Amino acid sequence: MAHAYTPGLKVLHQSDVTKNRRLPIKGEVLKNIDDIVTPDVIVATTDLPGNVQMVKVSNLLNIGPGDINEAMIVAIGDHVKKDQVIAEMAGLFGLFKSDVKSPIDATIESISDVTGQVVLREKPIPVEVDAYMSGVVKEIIPEEGVIIHATAAFIQGIFGIGGESRGEIVVVTDSRSDEITSNLILEEHAGKIIVGGSFISLEAYRKAISLKVAGVVVGGFNYFDLEPILGYTLGVAITGSEELGTSLVVTEGYGKIHMSDRTFSLLKEHENHFASINGATQIRAGVIRPEIVIPLSKDQLTQIEDTKVQEVGIGMGSLVRIIRAPYFGKIGKVKSLPSELNKMESETMVRVAEVDVNGEILLVPRSNLEMLETN
Amino acid sequence: MELKSILATDCGSTTTKAILIEKIDGEYRLKYRGEAPTTVEAPFEDVTKGVLNAVMEIEELAGRKLLDGDNIISPQKDDSGVDIYISTSSAGGGLQMMVAGVVKSMTGESAERAALGAGSIVMDVIASNDGRLPHEKIKRIRQLRPDMILLSGGIDGGTVSHVVELAEILSAANPKPRLGQNYKLPVIYAGNKKAHEQIRNTLGELTDLDIVENIRPVLERENLGPSRDKVHDLFMEHVMAQAPGYKKLMSWTDAPIMPTPGAVGFLIEMIAKEENISVVGVDIGGATTDIFSVFSEKFNRTVSANLGMSYSVCNVLAEAGLDNVLRWVPLDIDRKELTNRIGNKMIRPTTVPQSLEELIIEQAIAREALRLSFKQHKEFAVELKGVQTERTISDAFEQSGSGKSLVNMMDLDLLVGSGGVLSHAPRRSQSARMLVDAFQPEGITQLAVDSIFMMPQLGVLANIDKKELSEEARKAALEVFHKDCLIRLGTCIAPVGKSKPSALILSAELVFADASTQSIELHEGELLKIDAPFEPIKAVLTPAKKMDIGAGKGMPIQTEVYGGITGLLFDGRGRPLDVPIEKGKRLSLLEKWSEAVDEYPNKQLDK
Repeated sequence: MAHAYTPGLKVLHQSDVTKNRRLPIKGEVLKNIDDIVTPDVIVATTDLPGNVQMVKVSNLLNIGPGDINEAMIVAIGDHVKKDQVIAEMAGLFGLFKSDVKSPIDATIESISDVTGQVVLREKPIPVEVDAYMSGVVKEIIPEEGVIIHATAAFIQGIFGIGGESRGEIVVVTDSRSDEITSNLILEEHAGKIIVGGSFISLEAYRKAISLKVAGVVVGGFNYFDLEPILGYTLGVAITGSEELGTSLVVTEGYGKIHMSDRTFSLLKEHENHFASINGATQIRAGVIRPEIVIPLSKDQLTQIEDTKVQEVGIGMGSLVRIIRAPYFGKIGKVKSLPSELNKMESETMVRVAEVDVNGEILLVPRSNLEMLETN
Repeated sequence: MELKSILATDCGSTTTKAILIEKIDGEYRLKYRGEAPTTVEAPFEDVTKGVLNAVMEIEELAGRKLLDGDNIISPQKDDSGVDIYISTSSAGGGLQMMVAGVVKSMTGESAERAALGAGSIVMDVIASNDGRLPHEKIKRIRQLRPDMILLSGGIDGGTVSHVVELAEILSAANPKPRLGQNYKLPVIYAGNKKAHEQIRNTLGELTDLDIVENIRPVLERENLGPSRDKVHDLFMEHVMAQAPGYKKLMSWTDAPIMPTPGAVGFLIEMIAKEENISVVGVDIGGATTDIFSVFSEKFNRTVSANLGMSYSVCNVLAEAGLDNVLRWVPLDIDRKELTNRIGNKMIRPTTVPQSLEELIIEQAIAREALRLSFKQHKEFAVELKGVQTERTISDAFEQSGSGKSLVNMMDLDLLVGSGGVLSHAPRRSQSARMLVDAFQPEGITQLAVDSIFMMPQLGVLANIDKKELSEEARKAALEVFHKDCLIRLGTCIAPVGKSKPSALILSAELVFADASTQSIELHEGELLKIDAPFEPIKAVLTPAKKMDIGAGKGMPIQTEVYGGITGLLFDGRGRPLDVPIEKGKRLSLLEKWSEAVDEYPNKQLDK
């Protein structure tokens, strides 16, 4: 049977989800294998070296860099307080003493007799990594972090901002085609993840932020509305570090697009359940897509086998979404994968798939298809 | 040593491309090509798997054995294997560097030129006078996780304190390498030789320090070679050795693996030298656009890290502005919907334009990405700054000063485009139009595209050092470059100067290879296409009084020009090329120009 390799987004009722929770530099791991964790539990901690200030002591004392050691009254490794004198020089006949004071609380890191500079380092900055999702510690990465495992419902979006967040799921629209309008966002949604259908406007998203909603999951958002939110034009899709308070996960794309039936139904099924979401995107080297993870309790587990579909690619009967005009957003089943090249309206010669969209057969370049992985 | 067959791969960030070159009847020709997805990332995490898959495709096409299990058979025996195997790589984000220099526009710029020339992406240039306070520089260095750092500063024998100060900033920041936590960051020092000891004291313990000759031993001269070579060595030893599968790949190749843009640059530099011409080469990719140029025998490369056709397509929109993109679109399109469409291309970068409208939009964006990248290139490819030049009284009327751009479009002989949007445009006239609209060549300029982007493989082939191989490998690279790599589009003939609307600006008398003749009259605002194959055409070009075609205002030229798949393009639209803002006028002009070169299927455009 013909197959084509194509990227896919996961919409899974049940899946083994593992999360790598690592420190940016080496530190201490606080958990052990088999420990049960909840999203807010700190799993590893470390201290980042403090910020640095450089003081041009020789310039300030009007001496040559080579004379700096004579002027210093503190040594490398000493702790100094803000405004403490760190160097001084007697003036003419011992009069008119001049000195240099530390601009910050710090440790003396180096004294250079080439440049006449002193490097002062502030106290270390503590960094903590939490568990992000409920689960079990499966593996310890010595001095760096842990790998957490959970059996969960798992949905990937296409684009997100705002990074990690968590909360109870509330579906606020009646259907997958409805918009999340401002009047649907209420004060009681503070700390929760609201789910809607096809679109959220800038105004509605701003209201969600002001009401401290934990996250929004929606089918579409306008690309040009990102600029007023982020404060800059998003040129490259690398996101996740924005501090917005309300993470946004877009499941379909830019514009007004109905949320896929499967995604909406699955989220609806988990209404009032606790989920972790990550509004982070990176579409180069090491792809990161935004996600919604809903850990399942024992009584929610079923016998569904984890999907293996990604390894084989699309084949006849695969469920796909068309991801480029003129049929953008349509979902259908692959009817056939002809091997010969086909000429498109643009005159581009490509390999195509015949896709059955509600009985209508469309000829679509294979690279304009996205596989929907479901179980 | 005679080479019967050469296998070369380029491991790109998404695709690994393999080519097989064979010597047939005394000449080297490209025989087959194969490609497969690159396998640097999970779940494979071994670059050699993608290489083997691409080679397997060639095996199938060629119907002969190249692999023995997981090994490339070498040398060739009977009909099996190849004589040499070589590779370039830009997988895993390529080579990412940070450079530092004392004065931003002098040693800072020289260091940047060396790093770019070696094929890296320059993440930032730290300089003593870059306007940032020391703690801001330190913060920035800590944020970046480069593959290596190139530190320069000071002329030999000059002041040492400034460059040591930079080293102290680096030391305080204690930067970590991008790949892996378990090795020291490579730092190359190429500054004032008087500071070697102090640099060793400051950075020797903390980093993996290498010291090479000064990049700017005297103000008047750049010495980029030693730094460039060291970057290549460290790329192999450190960066590549950290990437999954590269140790194995390195053991297979007969020459060191080069960063992809480094290899392309080497090839372009070689072609310009061999043929004594000025060349501009461009590679427009999904994320970045690389521009290479050789003018007055000086090579320059720039990489516009966030100007590309998919991953960074929205950045093109942000930097160029929607109006500048739309000025190339001969259709009336809803502006807001268009931005969403472009956004969707960014988040789904592998899609291809199915409708004509999508293709037109994509090619409009390409024009702007190319224009902006070339603008950056022109600003960077300049004469050395800080050099005192002797002036005569005549210079008083032409104060160009030091730092003048080397790029002179009237001198440009050959413009080569590559990258999906140029190499795979459904009609070659579309590629020619994109190149001409974006680069705006002046006078007489040959246009070409790299058929399947094999310049990286040919570059590494031409750069083989091994004595017994180098001469033959270089010959093979040149032969394949001319016969199989370049698709000759034709020649752009564009007079420059002031003229009245619709005035006659150029007359041309052409004598074709079959002795047939043709007279052309080009008027201001016109674009004309004359069909002619890639053969020499005798041409007498006579510009109007105030127009210049290369020999000066009003001066005729008798020369030989070449046609190609598109033919000769007579471009009377002026330089700089201004497209009217007013919608009705703009749409009618765009349609006229499009029709003139048979750019799009017109019936569908009318729809």
